Amino acid sequence: MAADFGQFFLNSLPNLLSGLGYTLLLTFISIAVGFCLGIVLALGRVYGTKVVNGFCVGYIELIRGTPLLVQLFIIYFGLPTIGIIFTPLQAALIGLALNSGAYQAEYLRGSIQSVESGQMNAARSLGMNKLQSIRHVILPQALRISIPAWSNEFIYLLQYSSIAYIIQVTELTAEGKFIAAHTFRYLEVFAMIAVIYLILTIVSTEIIDRIAKRLSIPGIGAATRISLRDM
Amino acid sequence: MTMLEVKDIYKSYGDVHILNGVSFTMKKDETKVIIGPSGTGKSTLLRCINQLSPPDKGQVWLNGEEITNPKSNINKLREKIGFVFQDFNLFNHLTALRNVSIGLEKVKKIEKEAAYKRAMEELTRVGLAAQAAQYPAQLSGGQKQRVGIARALAMDPDLILFDEPTSALDPELIGDVLDVMKSLCGKVAMLVVTHEMGFARNVADEIIFMEGGVIVEQGSPKEMFTNAKMARTREFLGRIGALYGDEEGG
Amino acid sequence: MALETLIESLPSLFDGLGVTLLLTAFSIILGTILGILLATGRSYASKPIAYLILLYEKVLRGIPLLVLLFLIYFGLPQVGINLDAFTAAVIGLGLRSAAYQAQIYRGAINSIPEGQIHAAYSLGMNKLKAIRHVIMPQMLRLSIPGWSNEFTILLKDTSICFGIGVIELMRQGRYIQVRDPGLVLVVYLLIALMFFILVFSANKTLRYVEKKYQMAGYQTEAHR
Repeated sequence: MAADFGQFFLNSLPNLLSGLGYTLLLTFISIAVGFCLGIVLALGRVYGTKVVNGFCVGYIELIRGTPLLVQLFIIYFGLPTIGIIFTPLQAALIGLALNSGAYQAEYLRGSIQSVESGQMNAARSLGMNKLQSIRHVILPQALRISIPAWSNEFIYLLQYSSIAYIIQVTELTAEGKFIAAHTFRYLEVFAMIAVIYLILTIVSTEIIDRIAKRLSIPGIGAATRISLRDM
Repeated sequence: MTMLEVKDIYKSYGDVHILNGVSFTMKKDETKVIIGPSGTGKSTLLRCINQLSPPDKGQVWLNGEEITNPKSNINKLREKIGFVFQDFNLFNHLTALRNVSIGLEKVKKIEKEAAYKRAMEELTRVGLAAQAAQYPAQLSGGQKQRVGIARALAMDPDLILFDEPTSALDPELIGDVLDVMKSLCGKVAMLVVTHEMGFARNVADEIIFMEGGVIVEQGSPKEMFTNAKMARTREFLGRIGALYGDEEGG
Repeated sequence: MALETLIESLPSLFDGLGVTLLLTAFSIILGTILGILLATGRSYASKPIAYLILLYEKVLRGIPLLVLLFLIYFGLPQVGINLDAFTAAVIGLGLRSAAYQAQIYRGAINSIPEGQIHAAYSLGMNKLKAIRHVIMPQMLRLSIPGWSNEFTILLKDTSICFGIGVIELMRQGRYIQVRDPGLVLVVYLLIALMFFILVFSANKTLRYVEKKYQMAGYQTEAHR
C-alpha cells in the first residue's frame, strides 16, 4: 500500500511540479504587481486630491466588494466580447494582481496613517518636501508595519491562485484534478495537493517571519513578530 | 466560635516562596485587618483562602468544612466567601444592577425579579441606587468598588475578603468606600488587606502584621499601635504612619 | 433583442442568488458554532485538546478552499461518504470558516482581563458558568467586527463552490453564457453588482449591530 502510494506519487510528480511552478508564478507576480498598485492607491487615498481619493476608494471598494472568481470571469470571458482577449494565464495574472492591489492598498493606507501626522511634521521641518518625506520617512516605517498583513496577503494569494483552475490555468489544483480524473484516486491526489499547499503556507510564513525579524526596528518590529507567530 | 481557620499555609510561585506557614482564626462577624510591606504575601493569602490560588500546603476551614479538601464543593463554599478586588473586576458587559444580581440569578438560581429587588437593596445600601442602570465604564473608581462590595454582599456571605480595596482609587474617592466598609462592621466577617492605617486603627477588632510570608505579630489596634512587642512592627507602623498620614478620622 | 434575453434570464439569476445566500447562511452558522467551540476549547480545555484544535486551525487555514471542496466532494466518496454538491460546499465553507473564526474569538477571549473570571469564581460560579455568563457575552460583543469581516469573505467565497458544480449565482451566469455568448460581459457585470450590493449592505447592517451591542463605554475603557 505504502509502496504503491510512493510509486503513484513519483508518477504524478512531473505534473505536480509543473502545476506548482504555475502556482508560484501566479503568486509571486501578482503579489509584486499588486504591491506596486497598492502603494499607488494607498498614497492616492492619503495624499491625493478629492478626485484622486474618490477614484481610489471606488476601485478598492468595487474589488473588495466582489468575488475574485467574478473578476476572473469578467476578464477571461467578458472582455473578449469587446475585443480584448487574454490567455488563461494572462487573465489570471491580471485578475489576481488587480484584486491583491486593492487589499494591499487598504492595509498600506492603515500603516501610512498610523505613522503619518507627527513624522510628516518632523520631516517637513527638516526641509524635506512632501515627496521626500513620504519616501524617506513615512514609507520605510509604514512598510515595516504592514509586513504581518502582507504575509497574510501572500498566503491568501497562494491559496486563491487555485481559483485560476476554473479558467483553465494548469496550476497545482488543475494538475491535481487532471491526475485524479485519470486515476480515479481523488482522495489521495487531493490530500497530496492539500499537503503541498500546507507546506507552502508554513514555509512562506516562516520565511516572511525571518525577513520581518531582520528588518525589524525596536518599537516597530515587535508587534510584527507577535502577530506573525499567531499565523 | 471559630468561623474561619487558616492553618499553616505555604505557597510559592516557582522558586519564590510567598507564604511560609501562616495560621490564624476568625470569629463570626469579626473584622480583621492585615497590614505589612508590599510583596509580603497578603493578597496571596486572601487568594489561598478562597482557592483562587490553591495553597501548596496547609488547610483552610470555613464553619467546620475544609475548603482545601479537593472533595469539597469549592463553588458552594465560595458563595459564602465574598471577594472584593483591588481593581474591581466588575463584569464589563453588565450594568451595575446586573453585576450585583448575576450571582443570585445564575449561582443561587433566584428568580430574576427577586434577584433584581435584592440587588437594588444592596446598591441602595452602598449609596448607588441612582447608578443601577450604568455600565462599569460609566462609573468612577469609587463607585465601581462600591458596586463590587454590593456584589459580594448580595450573596449573603459569612466572610468578605477585601484585597486592597482602595489602592486603585484616587485619594478623594477612598472615603466613600471606607465608609461603606465601616457600615458593615459587625454585620459580616471581614478580612481586609489595606494600607489605610486609619481604618485599621478605628475599625479592626484585630490587626495582623505580616512580613516575609509569615505573621510577625497580631493584636488589638490599641496594642499594636501603642505597645507593639516586635521591633519590626513598631518600625513598620512608624514608617507607614508617616507615609500615609496616620489620621485619626480616616 | 439582447435585452430581452437578459430579462428572460433574470429569474434564473435570482434562483442562483438564493442558493448563494443559503450557502452563506448555512456555512456561517456552522462556522460560528464550531469556531466558538474551538476557541473556547483552545483557551480552557486540557493541553492535548488545545493542541489538536491548534492543529485543526493550522491545517484548515493552510489549504485552499477549492482543494478542500474537492477533497470533500470528490475524495470522500472513495471511503463511502457521498455528499451532494450543496452539502459538501456547506461543510467545506463551514469547516474552513470555523478555523478563521476561532482565531477571532480567541483574540477576543485573550483581551478579556483575567480578573473577570476570578470575580466569577468568587461568586461561586463554576468554570462552565463563568465561561457562559461572563466570558461568552463579552467575547461575542468583542468579536462582532471580526465576524462581519468573515461574513463578507464567506459570502464572496461561496462563488468558489462553482468548482464542484453547486448551481449558485456564478453557475447560473455560466449557463446564460453558454446559451447566449453575446451576453457574457453584461451577465458577469450584473453578478458582480449583485455581490457588491450584498457585501455593501451586509457591512452596513453589521456595523449597525456592532454599534448597538457595543458595551457601553467599553471603548474608552479598552484604550486606557
